[in-house]
Amino acid sequence: MTMALLEVEDLSVEFGRFRAVDSVSLRVEAGEVVGIVGESGSGKSVTALALMGLIDEPGRVTAERLSFDGRDLRTMPVAERRALMGRDIAMIFQDPMSSLNPCFTVEYQLTETLRIHEGGTRRALRARALDLLRDVEIPDAQRRLDAYPHQLSGGMSQRVMVAMAIACNPRLLIADEPTTALDVTIQAQMLALLLKLQRERGMGLMLITHDLGVIAEVAQRVMVMYAGQVVETAQVPDLFIAPRHPYTEALLSALPEHNIGQRRLRSMPGVVPGAFDRPAGCLLSPRCSRVQPRCRTEQPPLFGPPGQQARCFFPLTEASR
Amino acid sequence: MTEAALPSTAASPWAELWRDFRRNRGAIIGLAVVVALVACALLADVIAPYSPSEQYREATLRAPSWEPIDGNCFLLGTDPVGRDVLSRLIHGTRLSLLIGLVSVGLSLSGGVLLGLLAGFFRGGVEFTIMRLMDIMLALPSLLLAVAVVAILGPGLMNAMYAIAIVMLPHFVRLTRAAVIGELTKDYVAASRIAGASTPRLMFDTVLPNCAAPLIVQATLGFSTAILDAAALGFLGLGAQPPTPEWGSMLASALEFIQSAWWVVTLPGLAILISVLAFNLMGDGLRDALDPRLKR
Repeated sequence: MTMALLEVEDLSVEFGRFRAVDSVSLRVEAGEVVGIVGESGSGKSVTALALMGLIDEPGRVTAERLSFDGRDLRTMPVAERRALMGRDIAMIFQDPMSSLNPCFTVEYQLTETLRIHEGGTRRALRARALDLLRDVEIPDAQRRLDAYPHQLSGGMSQRVMVAMAIACNPRLLIADEPTTALDVTIQAQMLALLLKLQRERGMGLMLITHDLGVIAEVAQRVMVMYAGQVVETAQVPDLFIAPRHPYTEALLSALPEHNIGQRRLRSMPGVVPGAFDRPAGCLLSPRCSRVQPRCRTEQPPLFGPPGQQARCFFPLTEASR
Repeated sequence: MTEAALPSTAASPWAELWRDFRRNRGAIIGLAVVVALVACALLADVIAPYSPSEQYREATLRAPSWEPIDGNCFLLGTDPVGRDVLSRLIHGTRLSLLIGLVSVGLSLSGGVLLGLLAGFFRGGVEFTIMRLMDIMLALPSLLLAVAVVAILGPGLMNAMYAIAIVMLPHFVRLTRAAVIGELTKDYVAASRIAGASTPRLMFDTVLPNCAAPLIVQATLGFSTAILDAAALGFLGLGAQPPTPEWGSMLASALEFIQSAWWVVTLPGLAILISVLAFNLMGDGLRDALDPRLKR
C-alpha cells in the first residue's frame, strides 16, 4: 500500500494577510486513526474545513497536493466533489446542539444524505435510519426517529450526528473535537463508540482535539499544531514517552497527571501569535523556555524522517529533557 | 432496550406553539377577531343583508336603527346615496383581507428571495440589495406608496403592488439577518459536507429556520397593508368609488362628518378593529415563536 486514503501536501489557508494554516502536510491511511492536537487558534479546525472545501471567500486555500484515494480534490468538478463528500468523507462537529437542523426530525435528517446519495423507498430508508441509530447505541431508537433535535440531550444529539456521518459508509471520518462539549463520562462512551465504528467499518479517522488524553487513548499517529504550523509528528507512544519539540513537551507537562503533588499546574506563558504579532523567527520563540538567539531570527523547517518530524533547531534529546 | 419515556416536551411543535400562544389573552382576542373577519369575508354574500352597491334613493343618510322603515331595516344606517353601510362594511372585509393577503404575499416572496441572496452571497450582491433597501427605507412609506401609484396609475391592484414594494425592505432585512445568523451554525456546514447544493441549502436547510420572525412580520404586515390601502383609498389612489373599500368609504363621506357620524365613524372603526386584531395576533405569535421571549 503506497497510496494513502488522504494525502495532503503543503496545505495553506489564508484570510487576507493572515495564514491560519501554514504548509501543513498529512496523510491518513485506510483504517488508521490520526490525531491532530493543538491549543485554540492553532489551525486544527481550519485544516479540517479546508479539506472539506468549506473555506469561503475571502479565505484562500492552496495546496501542492490534495488527494483522496488518488483522486485530486483540487481539480475535481464541484458536482463530483459534492458527491464525494457525505458519501466517502464525512465530518462530525464540536457542538452537538447546533449541528442538527432544529426544523426537522431525526429521521428526516438521517435519511437526507441517504436519499441524495443512494436513494430508496421511504420504508427502506426508515429501516436504515433505525439501524444507524442502533449502531450508535441510542436507547429507545424507534421513538427517537420522530424526535426533534431540541428533545434530545447533548450526548444523544452527538450520537445522531455520528449516525448521520456514517450513514453512507464513509471511508474517512473527520471528527472535529467530538468530545469537547460533552461531560467526562459521556466523552469516554463517545470515544469508545467512535473507535468501535472505526474498527468495524475500517474507516480512516482524523481526530481533532486539544485533549492529549484522548489522543493517547485512541490515535496511532499524532500531529501537533501550533499557530497554523505542524510542529511535531510522531507515533503515539513515542510522542508521550519522548517528545522532541519544546511545545509538545510543554503541553505534556501541563497535564494534571504530570503535576501531582504540586500546588499549581505548570503552564506556558503567553498566547498563540495572531495576525499582527507573528515573531520573525520560530513562532514559539517568544514563549519557549529553551529559546536560543538563532530561534529569534530564523524560521526552523521540519527536521527528521517522515512521520517523526519536529520543527525545532534544537530538538529535545534524552539528555536535555 | 430501556423503556424510558420521552420528556413531556415531546409534544408536537404545533401543540407547543398553541400552548404558548394561548397564554396571551390579547393574542386570543386578536385571533378571534381575525377569524370573524375571515368568516365575514368568505360569507359576505350570505351575511350581508343588502347588496353593497344597491342605492335606496328614498333612504339616504338614514341613522342606524333597529326599526324597519318602509320595510327596510338598515342596522348601521345608510350612506349619502342610500347604500346600506353594514353590507358595504362586510363586503369591504373581503377587499381588506385580499389586499393584506396579496401585498404581504408579494412582499414576503420577493423579500425572502432577495434576503436569501443577500445573506448567502455576501459582497457585491449583498451591498447592492441592502443599499437599495436602505434607500427605500429612507422615504416615508406612504409617500413611497403614493409615488408608486402615481407611476402605475390609481386602482386597487396597483395599490397592492405599491404596498408590497413599501413593505419589501422589512422582509429583506429580516430574512438576511436571520440567514446570516443561521449560516454560522454547524448544521449548515454539516449539510454542505453531506453534499447539499447552494439552492438546497438556501431553501431547504436555512429558510425553515428563519420562518419564525418572518411569520410574525407577515402578520404585522397584514395590518400595515390594510392601513396603507385605506390611506391610499382615502386619498383616491386605491380602490375607486363604487367599490366598498373602507378607506374610500371614509373619503367619500368626509363632508358629512358633522351631520351623519355613522358614515365616517363605522368604516374608521372597522379599520381600527381589524388592524388592532392583526397586531395583537402578531404580538402573540412573536411571543410564542421567539424562544428568547418564552417565560
